[in-house]
Amino acid sequence: MKIDVPHVAILANLKLDNKDIVKFEKQLSEILNYVEKLKEVNTEKVDATSQVTGLENILRKDETSTSLTQEEALSNTKSQKNGLLKVKAILE
Amino acid sequence: MNLNQLTIKEAREGLRNKQFSSVDLTRDCLTQIKKHNSALNAFISVTEEEALMSAKKADKSIEDGTSLPLLGIPIALKDLFSTKGIKTTAASNVLRDYIPQYDATVVRKLKDAGAVIVGKTNLDAWAHGSSGENSDFGPTKNPWNKNFVPGGSSSGSAVSVASDMCLAATGTDTGGSIRLPSSFNNVVGLKPTYGRVSRYGIIAMASSLDSIGHFTKTVEDCATIFNITKGEDIYDATTLPDATEDFYKNLNKGVKRIRIGIPKEFVVSGLDPEVKLLFEKAVNTFANLGAEITEVSLPYTKYGIAAYYIIQPSEVSSNLARYDGIRYGNGRESFGDEAKRRIMLGTFTLSSGYYDAYYKKAMSVRTLIKNDFDKAFEKVEALISPVCPTYPWKLGEKINDPLKMYLSDALTVTVNIAGIPSLSVPAGFSKDKLPFGIQIMGKQLSEDLLFQIGNSFEKETNYYKQKPLLR
Repeated sequence: MKIDVPHVAILANLKLDNKDIVKFEKQLSEILNYVEKLKEVNTEKVDATSQVTGLENILRKDETSTSLTQEEALSNTKSQKNGLLKVKAILE
Repeated sequence: MNLNQLTIKEAREGLRNKQFSSVDLTRDCLTQIKKHNSALNAFISVTEEEALMSAKKADKSIEDGTSLPLLGIPIALKDLFSTKGIKTTAASNVLRDYIPQYDATVVRKLKDAGAVIVGKTNLDAWAHGSSGENSDFGPTKNPWNKNFVPGGSSSGSAVSVASDMCLAATGTDTGGSIRLPSSFNNVVGLKPTYGRVSRYGIIAMASSLDSIGHFTKTVEDCATIFNITKGEDIYDATTLPDATEDFYKNLNKGVKRIRIGIPKEFVVSGLDPEVKLLFEKAVNTFANLGAEITEVSLPYTKYGIAAYYIIQPSEVSSNLARYDGIRYGNGRESFGDEAKRRIMLGTFTLSSGYYDAYYKKAMSVRTLIKNDFDKAFEKVEALISPVCPTYPWKLGEKINDPLKMYLSDALTVTVNIAGIPSLSVPAGFSKDKLPFGIQIMGKQLSEDLLFQIGNSFEKETNYYKQKPLLR
C-alpha cells in the first residue's frame, strides 16, 4: 500500500517539506504493509466493537454549573481583542 | 535511609507517629530530584515552592488530627495531567507554555486526599512512544543504566518512583505506557479497567483505549492510590459506576488454588531467552505458592499490533485536530515527527474510501481479541505474561524505525483493546542488572484480584527492595 503523503498532509492540516514527504512515505508505507495482515481475518459475521464496557446512553442532569470565566478562557491565547479570540479572516 | 526511599505505607506510619514531618519528607524528595534530575531528565517542571507550601499545610492538618489517605505524601504527575496554574506541556512544543485553568479530576482527587505534588514528569510527547525518546524536552534515562531507555510513554513517572524522587506518580496507558516503563524500572504499575478512572482533564491520546493509572513501589501502595482515583465522574461519560471496595481485604489472601493461565501466544516467538527464563521462574514461584497454572490460548493476539496501529492513530488524528494554535498553544508546525506520523496514519485510515478497509476492519478484529479474553476468563481467573518480549534497549536503537518501536508493545496492546485491567510487578533482573516485569491480567473490574496475586508474588520475591545505584 502506497500512501499519498502530500494529499493526507493537506487533509490533516500539516505542512511538510520534501525531505519529510520522502521519509514519511517510506515509514508510513511500511506500517500500512504491516497492518495489511488483518486482511487474513474473516470478519464477515463479526460486529465492530467501539466501546468495551457496554455502557449506553449515559446522560447527566440538565443543570448549569460554574464554568471558566472569560478571562480564564482567554488566558492562554496569543491573540485577543475586546475579550474575544482574534482569528484571521476566513472569508474575503 | 532517607525519607524519600519510604513506601507510602511506611511514610504514613512515620507521619502519624510524628517521627518526621511532611516538610522533612518532601524536602528529601526535592533534594533527590535536584541531585539526579539533570542526569535522568525525569521531570519537566519541579514545583518546589507549591510542594513545600502544601507539605506545611499537611503538617498542620496532621497536627489537628485530620486523617486522609495521602496526607503529606509527595507524588509526581505525568505532564499530561492538567494542573491549575501549573504548566502542562504533554512534552510537546505545541503546549510548551500552556497553563491550564483547571485540575484534572484525578489531580483534584489526589489533592483532596492530601497529596503533595512535587512536579510534572517527562514523557513521549502526547504519550506517543515506547521508549521516552519522543519527548520535545529530551529523553528520560533509565536509572539502572543511563545508556538504556526507561520505557514509555510514562517514562519520567516510572523513573521518578524508581529513583526515589517521590513515593508515587501518575501515568496513562493506551497501549502499554504504564506497564512497559514500570517493568523497565523495577516498580509496580497499574493499567486499570477502561472507564474505571476518569479521563477528564488528561490530554487525550486515543479515547477508546486511554486508561489512567499510576506507579508505586509496592502493590499495597498501588491499591491505596487506586482507591482514591477510581470512580464515576460526571465529566467523563465513559466512567463506570463504582461501589467503594476495600482493596486491602483480600490483599494477603495468597494465591492458593487460584487458576492462573499462561497465554501460549504470548510466550512462543520473539522472546529474549533471558526474559523467557525469568518468566518461567515467575511461573514456578506462583506454582510453589499454590496457584493452579494452566496454558490457555488467545489466537488473535498476533493481530493485536495491527489492529492497535489502526484504531489508535485514527483516534489520535481526531484528538489532535483541535490543536490549531488559536485558543492556546503553538501551531501545528510545532508537532514532532511521531505525532505527525500518527496524525497522518489516522487521517488516512479514516479517509473516504479507506475507512471500511482499515478502521472498521480493525474494530471488528477488536471484537475477536476481546472474545479471546472472555473465553480465557471462563477457564482461569487471571493471566500472566512478560510485559515486554525484551529487556530495555539502548537509547537510539529503535528511534529511526517506527515499526520496530511499535512492535515492542506486542504483549501489552491487546489488554487495552479489550479494556481489561493489568498490573505490572517487578520479576527480576538480567545478568547486566536491567529490570524485568510480568503483567497480571484479569477480567474487567478485577483489580482487587490483581492486587491479591501481585502482593503474594511481591511478598515472596521482594524485588522491589532492590534500588538502582545512582551517582
